[in-house]
Amino acid sequence: MAERRFPRLRYAGRRLLKSVPILLAIAVCNFVLLKLAPGDAADVLAGEAGSATPEYLAALKSQFGLDQPDWMQLLHYVWRLLRLDLGFSFRNNESVLSMILSRMPATLLLMVGALGLAFIAGAALGVLASRRVNTWVDNVISVVALLFYATPIFLIGLGLIVVFAVKLGVLPTGGLTSVGAGYTGLRAAGDVAVHLLMPLVTLALFFLALYARLMRASMLEVFNQDYVTTARAKGLPERLITMKHVVRNAMLPMVTMLGLQVGTLLGGSVLVETVFAWPGIGRLAFEAVMSRDLNLLLGILLVCSVIVIAANIMVDLAYAWLDPRIELA
Amino acid sequence: MTGAFGQFCRRYARNRAAVVGLLILLLILAMAGLANVLFPEDPWDMVAQPLLWPGQDTEYPLGSDLLGRDLMSGLFHGARVSLLFGFSATLAALLVGVAVGALSGYYRGWVDDVLMRVTELFQTVPPFILAIVLVAILTPSAKTIVLAIAVVSWPGVARLVRAEFMALRGREFVQAGVVLGMSDARIMLTQILPNAMGPIIVSASLMVATAILLEASLAFLGLGDPNLMSWGTIIGAGRDALRTAWYIAALPGAAILLTVISFNLIGEGLNDALNPRLRNR
Repeated sequence: MAERRFPRLRYAGRRLLKSVPILLAIAVCNFVLLKLAPGDAADVLAGEAGSATPEYLAALKSQFGLDQPDWMQLLHYVWRLLRLDLGFSFRNNESVLSMILSRMPATLLLMVGALGLAFIAGAALGVLASRRVNTWVDNVISVVALLFYATPIFLIGLGLIVVFAVKLGVLPTGGLTSVGAGYTGLRAAGDVAVHLLMPLVTLALFFLALYARLMRASMLEVFNQDYVTTARAKGLPERLITMKHVVRNAMLPMVTMLGLQVGTLLGGSVLVETVFAWPGIGRLAFEAVMSRDLNLLLGILLVCSVIVIAANIMVDLAYAWLDPRIELA
Repeated sequence: MTGAFGQFCRRYARNRAAVVGLLILLLILAMAGLANVLFPEDPWDMVAQPLLWPGQDTEYPLGSDLLGRDLMSGLFHGARVSLLFGFSATLAALLVGVAVGALSGYYRGWVDDVLMRVTELFQTVPPFILAIVLVAILTPSAKTIVLAIAVVSWPGVARLVRAEFMALRGREFVQAGVVLGMSDARIMLTQILPNAMGPIIVSASLMVATAILLEASLAFLGLGDPNLMSWGTIIGAGRDALRTAWYIAALPGAAILLTVISFNLIGEGLNDALNPRLRNR
């Protein structure tokens, strides 16, 4: 076991090294975007003119050397990012990094929950559809998946609010906890869970549709493999073939998709968190847009890109663990 | 030519759902085309009593919003705006994506390496958040929104076109072109590209749907063009009255849903008609 785990660590290290150029490139893009913004970079970094004092602006200008050539400014910028200094949000009187980090847990909770629900329910629906291919079960699943896929995510959220919060009054309209309730321990966790329910389902439905379609196609493909015919020929019951031989192999494209969808998921969480006032990074991005705090927005973009890279490394590792035929090279 | 076209139509029509999708799209195109004829007045004008429910006043059959703007007029003009965004952003993304994919797949080597690194970069950055940042920084307008949607949509096309070009590059008819002394550009444009059109057209129809969704999402967040009323704009404005007047958000929402579904169904029909060999079981 020890020998098997070792190359995995080395692989993870190599992947981390490989992602350094991508991160640098994203930093350069961020710098270009900063330059594209109206006004000079100091205005943007200070959250645009009006909210910053002239002294602060002057200090910023000399700090970033805005009188220096562009490439020097770029070096400055990258060097700052390398020290994890994402700047200061004048609007919120707090450093950008600490703001993002304090909002991170809520977003991760929402994302992991939604992805988990979408993955499990999507896989189950996909298996069901593939076992009953071209029957009414399959058709119903296809139609429902298309509906979830085509409905704008914020509309699903608004619809759930109207039904479950306004009409039925069984779930809170938004937020992370009940204001002023002061719950502790298990009750506090339960309170968060009740608040989490609607945002989680809203975010999950789109991906659930995607996974259901993919799992169906992937299952049908595996059912045609020779080893499934062999399993049938030696008289294994169909249920056993489905669970042991087909599902496990059909899972591989699902795992790939998991990695590919993390970026889309982060985008979706901007909309969901805005609809449900869920205090995560997505809501922070919306607030940054509203207050034109562009430096905060760029910080969020950078951190989200880091999350995508990290998720992809984890997915690759999971992939090799699921399918030993794949070598980590 | 009519024979080939007839065959294409027959293959397409065999997919019933795709025909329904086409009908829905024609309906929405008609809405967009008739917007200025049926509702010549500005959809932003406050003409009615605010918060009329659909059916409450026969003059405004779909009701009015918070500020007394006619929702029916908004839906028709919104169809124009949303479709325009969908088509122009897709066109822009296709231009970049096809160019990058073609060069990558045709030349391989370092050209491929460089272009694919750039593509990877754009696939790493979360697309919707990048679009938000671009529009917020460049200030919201029709041009910047189209640009932002195109910037986040081209990598998928580039990968698709690259794969097609790599597959077709070694075929006899391409080698024949080389022997005839055709220039690289001519081979790419007149020999390979027409043969790669099938998958490109199919993915383009899905991209229009995604672009419409993206624009609606941006408008919902307040990042729409302030002078253009799209379906997303109406939903964003209707959010404030959600408790009492949920129909304001639901009507344009249904329009977006129908449009996105129609483009998806059309995409499947085109796939059946253009790539008969790749047909799904």
